[in-house]
Amino acid sequence: MPSHDVMPNMELYQPVQVEDALAIADRLADRGWLVGGGQDTYGWLKDRAKSVDAMIDLSAIESLRGIRETGDGIEIGALTTLTEIVNSPVIQQQFSLLSDAAGRVASPQIRNIGTLGGNVSQDVRCWYYRRGLSCYRAGGNLCYADTPQGMNREHALFEGSRCVAAGASDTAPALVALDATMVIRNAGGERTVAAEDYFVGPANDIQNTTVLRPGDILTAVRIPSTWANANFYFEKVADRNVWDFSLVSIAAAFKLSGGNVVDSRIVAGAVQTTPRRLTNVENAIRGQVRNAQTAESVMAMATTGARALAHNGYKIPLLQNLVKRAISA
Amino acid sequence: MSTHIGRDFTPPCVPGKVTGEIKYAEDYRREGMVFARLLTSPLPSGRVVNIDASEALRMDGVVGIFTADDLPPVAPPGNPALASEYVTYVGQPILAVAAITEEIAESAIDRIRIDFERRDFVVDPIESLTPGGSNAYPEGNVLVRTREEGPEGAPIIGAEIKDIKWPQSAIDAIKSGREPVGGEFTTEWAFGDIEAGFAAAAAIVEEPFVTMGYPHHSLEARTGMAYWENGKCYFHGSSQSQSANNAGLARMLNIDLADLVFINEATGGGFGSKIGPYPFMAITGNFARVLNRPVQLRITREQEFYIGSARSGMQGWIKIGVKADGKVSAVDLVIVNDGGATGGGSGNSSAQHVTVAYQPENMRYRGISVYTNTTPRGAQRGPGQNEMAAVLAPMTDKAAAAISMDRVAFRRVNAINSDGFEGGSQGPVTSAFVREALDQGRRMFGWDEKLAQPKAMGGSKVRGIGVGIGYHGAGGRGYDGLVRIGTDGRLYIHSGVGNLGTYSYAGTCRAAAEALQVPWENCEIVHGRSDRHLPHSSGQGGSNTIFTHTRTNWVAAQDAISKLKEIAAADLGGAAADYIIGDQRVFRSADSSIGMTYAQAAQRAIQMGGKYSGQEYPDDINPLTQLAVQGVAGSGLIGVAKDNIPGQGQPPGILVGFCEIEMDKDTGKFEILDYAAIADCGTVVHPKNFDNAMRGGAVWGVGLANLERHVYDPQNGLPANTGLYQSKPPTNMDVPVQTYAGAVNIPDPQNPTGGRGIGEPTQGAAAAALASAISDALDGHLFNTAPTTTDMIINHLAGNSYSTQSLKTNTF
Repeated sequence: MPSHDVMPNMELYQPVQVEDALAIADRLADRGWLVGGGQDTYGWLKDRAKSVDAMIDLSAIESLRGIRETGDGIEIGALTTLTEIVNSPVIQQQFSLLSDAAGRVASPQIRNIGTLGGNVSQDVRCWYYRRGLSCYRAGGNLCYADTPQGMNREHALFEGSRCVAAGASDTAPALVALDATMVIRNAGGERTVAAEDYFVGPANDIQNTTVLRPGDILTAVRIPSTWANANFYFEKVADRNVWDFSLVSIAAAFKLSGGNVVDSRIVAGAVQTTPRRLTNVENAIRGQVRNAQTAESVMAMATTGARALAHNGYKIPLLQNLVKRAISA
Repeated sequence: MSTHIGRDFTPPCVPGKVTGEIKYAEDYRREGMVFARLLTSPLPSGRVVNIDASEALRMDGVVGIFTADDLPPVAPPGNPALASEYVTYVGQPILAVAAITEEIAESAIDRIRIDFERRDFVVDPIESLTPGGSNAYPEGNVLVRTREEGPEGAPIIGAEIKDIKWPQSAIDAIKSGREPVGGEFTTEWAFGDIEAGFAAAAAIVEEPFVTMGYPHHSLEARTGMAYWENGKCYFHGSSQSQSANNAGLARMLNIDLADLVFINEATGGGFGSKIGPYPFMAITGNFARVLNRPVQLRITREQEFYIGSARSGMQGWIKIGVKADGKVSAVDLVIVNDGGATGGGSGNSSAQHVTVAYQPENMRYRGISVYTNTTPRGAQRGPGQNEMAAVLAPMTDKAAAAISMDRVAFRRVNAINSDGFEGGSQGPVTSAFVREALDQGRRMFGWDEKLAQPKAMGGSKVRGIGVGIGYHGAGGRGYDGLVRIGTDGRLYIHSGVGNLGTYSYAGTCRAAAEALQVPWENCEIVHGRSDRHLPHSSGQGGSNTIFTHTRTNWVAAQDAISKLKEIAAADLGGAAADYIIGDQRVFRSADSSIGMTYAQAAQRAIQMGGKYSGQEYPDDINPLTQLAVQGVAGSGLIGVAKDNIPGQGQPPGILVGFCEIEMDKDTGKFEILDYAAIADCGTVVHPKNFDNAMRGGAVWGVGLANLERHVYDPQNGLPANTGLYQSKPPTNMDVPVQTYAGAVNIPDPQNPTGGRGIGEPTQGAAAAALASAISDALDGHLFNTAPTTTDMIINHLAGNSYSTQSLKTNTF
């Protein structure tokens, strides 16, 4: 297969108003490709693993940038960079789970360019799929990874359905844990979707990782004050300490009363295509003391239903250990 | 007292590298230049049935296509620049297309249709050795070196591909970690009596092991730009070396040495993959000739993964016998190398590492290198030695534990010294001071103090402490030096050493300045393109340059000194022996007022002609050096000589590394708390650069021990990690902020400047020390793998078995 590294010819649109972008996206529909920071986009297009007729560059739309306090939490423009999130005082003070997660994305250089909207909307990193093979996710009828000889060390433990690619976003589990809402606009208007419902697994949609459809633009992420200043825990384990995707990550928020867990949201990353909320663990620790003993008593629940592939069995103890650490901390 | 050697200076290319002004091959443009891109194989193995480029050739802006038919045929087992009939790995170049822009060239390759016939493929050498297993080439699966008697008894050394299968019992044995009895090997040697050695052992360690190959990832993907003028080829290339390219590249282009101008002012990394001219260079130069216009052939990052070559992987088995006093009495070693598409392995170098690390009393080595349908393999920083160091270190620790001996003390008992030997032939070394390095490192690192600290570090954290040894042969002999004293009095040091990023091209020139006692500001290094008249030089690989070219510059300077004295004696009377040099003058030792400046002597050399100004030169210098001397003849006083400094033995580069880690048993991750290394590399020629080499090598050692590996899907022969982010070379956050390096700094007696090389062992020692520390943190558990990755550590701690693919290469 040919190897490329220059951009192919295509139309380029650079709107400065979101309304214009929506109109262009609506007109181009699936002929168009939205780009913010481009950290997911350019690899696809330069490699020719995906091709489009036109690119809609959103980066000049100022209204999609910035972090605003609202009456009930904050709203983050989808084009806000990950570095801006890491450095935001209000996020650091009230929602440090998100700034911690954003701070572990890729590398400083990528965080300077990469946006929150792009990070949560990025495609999966299955190397077979990225190579341009005609797998289920790419419209074919085969999963190269889910075979006895598949090279699937980074792949999913849960909810594989013709595709076992794991989600790559580090901020996605944090946003699910924070019960965020995704603001989506199209030519027909605006709708909001709970973060937990924004991400889509292969059983529901084999070719998309989010609910975004042609013509849609993710414009903002809202984080309610519900979990502001809760007790947070984020940890990402990757082979390298920078410029690497999670092997497994954990994002957790706890509300405590007298040391007991009143409520919690515990979300694992990189164990399935979507962030995996560990509701059985949340239920099990409700009313329990947040300590090592509780953690050890429930950690195994985190992997109930896990199906290890040929090379990713290590994710089972790793996820259990991260749950233990989140609850023990 | 030394004026240059052992003192810091700033190599002249540094400002250009910092500001970006320096040019790499890709930066050059030429009027009428076109851009060529490669079309590569999508299959791991197949036959090219038909190529239809008609649609591409009809595109506006496309100027030509270049295939194997445009190059001389290369018979197996050669590595052709372009595949002719058979393709043997994904990414193998099949043809090049040239166009007036890169965009058009890339679009054109998408419009070329190739019909292939698929062939069986194999990505695992053991599978290829199995009865009924696939062969990577139609002719077979093993590269065999041949040696036949030619005319008048002269040996003819060659290579061929053979089909070798092992009995199933040997396959079963090596897969289960036992000696593959009955397996056929292509390299075998032994010394002593290993059975007697094992019989004398108080303890025996017997282990299987596997090391993964992985690519070089040179930041500068190998780009070339070539054009022809008046029958000469001007070739801008990316190479570790300078003069070492000329002869081979001239052959590729079928021209005389004098008709090639090779230009390479700076190179963005090579690490062994760009030592000499690589096959792909033939495309650029010959395509430019066919098109009669300048051609730039740039490759992609992914193509650099494919054709940039890679370290060979190995699967092996070792048995080590240790006497009660710690002396290694016997070693039995088996290595099956993954030779990729080029077939060569480095098992013999791995065995050589064992001889240096242990100085065993008895040893046997058996090796075979098997072709697989994976990327070409070649030299990569300490090929063989460094990966062996990584897997050997924990086994060495196990052997020490078996006789209740401290790990550093064990290594000290077995350390090589100046009377020691290296390799299966037990050849001598020029000098070695490893015991001194171990003692110095033990103190510097605080080995005993760290050992006394508790292993548990709180929570899930445990401490691990490790030690390892890296080795590589570090020097050559017989190359040429060339210096010129100009009529301006300046010293022009002509260097055929490549600027590969190690700055050895500059460091070695300090020997000439030292010998001629010229201040550095009055010296100029002439390098970077062969029409600047550069002498025959070694390739910049194998850590050889410091030893090799401090000597060549030294002997050239000595020749210049002799001529200075002769000129002075001719003009001022007396004998040459009556004169000495100093302060850039040559003068009578008895009366310093009787003398002349270097500038005056250079003027007189031109007037006197002959050997003094290069019209005559020694008979024993290389043809390339002869051309260089002819080029500078008449422009000053010429010092030129072949390095005939007497001596024998291999100059060794040896490094001892010490590492302390904090291992998190929950996550399998660790932090390197401390790393210190002590070099036995003779005199440190350039301290600042020595520190850089120590740091850079240590970083890559972390990659070897923990992160980097080839992964191929055995179902379709596709590589899983062609990109940098997938291949995971270490980042600045994966290595300690501060590391510590020192040197024994005892001069090598066979180099007038005292120096030996040290580049390659810097990686091996760090990898070995880290592997030793990982094992120590986990109570001596042996992974027997390089790398030992996060998932392996987690699986071990969780009590999981390894994956079913454990101890295979090219896999997770």
